[in-house]
Amino acid sequence: MARTLINVKKTLTRGEAFEIRLLIAHPMESGQRRDSNGQVIARDIINRFSCTYNDMLVLEATLFPAISANPYLSFWAVATETGSIVMTWTDDHGTVQTERVEVTVSA
Amino acid sequence: MIWLLLLLLVSPAQAQPRSGYLDAGPDSRAMQDDDTANPAFLWVEQGKVLWGSLGCGGCHGDVATMRGVAARYPKYDAVLGRPVSLARRIATHRAVPDSEDMLALLAVIGLQSRGLPLAIDISGPARPSYEAGKALFHRRQGQLNLACANCHDDLAGRHLGGAVIPEGHPNGYPIYRLEWQALGSLERRLRQCVVGVRAVPWADGSRELADLEFFLGARAAGLVVETPAVRP
Repeated sequence: MARTLINVKKTLTRGEAFEIRLLIAHPMESGQRRDSNGQVIARDIINRFSCTYNDMLVLEATLFPAISANPYLSFWAVATETGSIVMTWTDDHGTVQTERVEVTVSA
Repeated sequence: MIWLLLLLLVSPAQAQPRSGYLDAGPDSRAMQDDDTANPAFLWVEQGKVLWGSLGCGGCHGDVATMRGVAARYPKYDAVLGRPVSLARRIATHRAVPDSEDMLALLAVIGLQSRGLPLAIDISGPARPSYEAGKALFHRRQGQLNLACANCHDDLAGRHLGGAVIPEGHPNGYPIYRLEWQALGSLERRLRQCVVGVRAVPWADGSRELADLEFFLGARAAGLVVETPAVRP
């Protein structure tokens, strides 16, 4: 399960504020539920998320177990230069996923 | 006189079916309205991949050619002598690896018909199946001794606990249900409802389930396909 939906406007004008929206397919298992045998189901959540725009940090977040499955993240940035937006997140299994979106900025 | 006419227009229970969308609450509606916020689109993306990898496109071409198909299902199959669901129809063409994959295919095929009115054909030889499904809908069952109609016809719009009772139309399936935190089928929803009245749910692929789904499809005539819908 490495499905992600990312929505970013690809062509921007300098100074424009734009929204970055993403939906990540992830179970976000809270670690507080038990299976049918009474065993605790191990916690498995995305615990860290960061987003950079041309290597400049836009957002860094620590996520907690109360967030539902398939989390939806939305935040804003201001268009400066043509370049790439890189989103990286890590889950409790240590899986790191990186997604990249190229944006074109005109004057 | 006009007052009386208005009363007549408003009062009949099933004059125009009411989509569960209207009872879902503003947050769920907002999620459904925005394809980038609707988590069901994670399955839609997977469905597009499967459409290619399972070779559906070999015969059908682009998935966009499936427009209108989901609105006609469940469809009466004269050879089998029973209604078949879209999932069952897909399964006769291709071995779909698992239920998540099937949901993904149903989502992407259903999406092509979004906005089209449901068009279930209950004429001719299909009529007995419709009648059988209707009888099941009105049959009391389970320890609570409730029929589907007791709540979804008679008490629709009232409350069960804190939740509004919807009319129970199948126009948005597969749905992303917030309670499930996942995409789920109509069969899953029916199973939950039947277990809720403490009856024994019908087996997957059973004749009863096929007839009931067929009746539900016809009962929702006038509504448009909303697949993939978001419900609480």
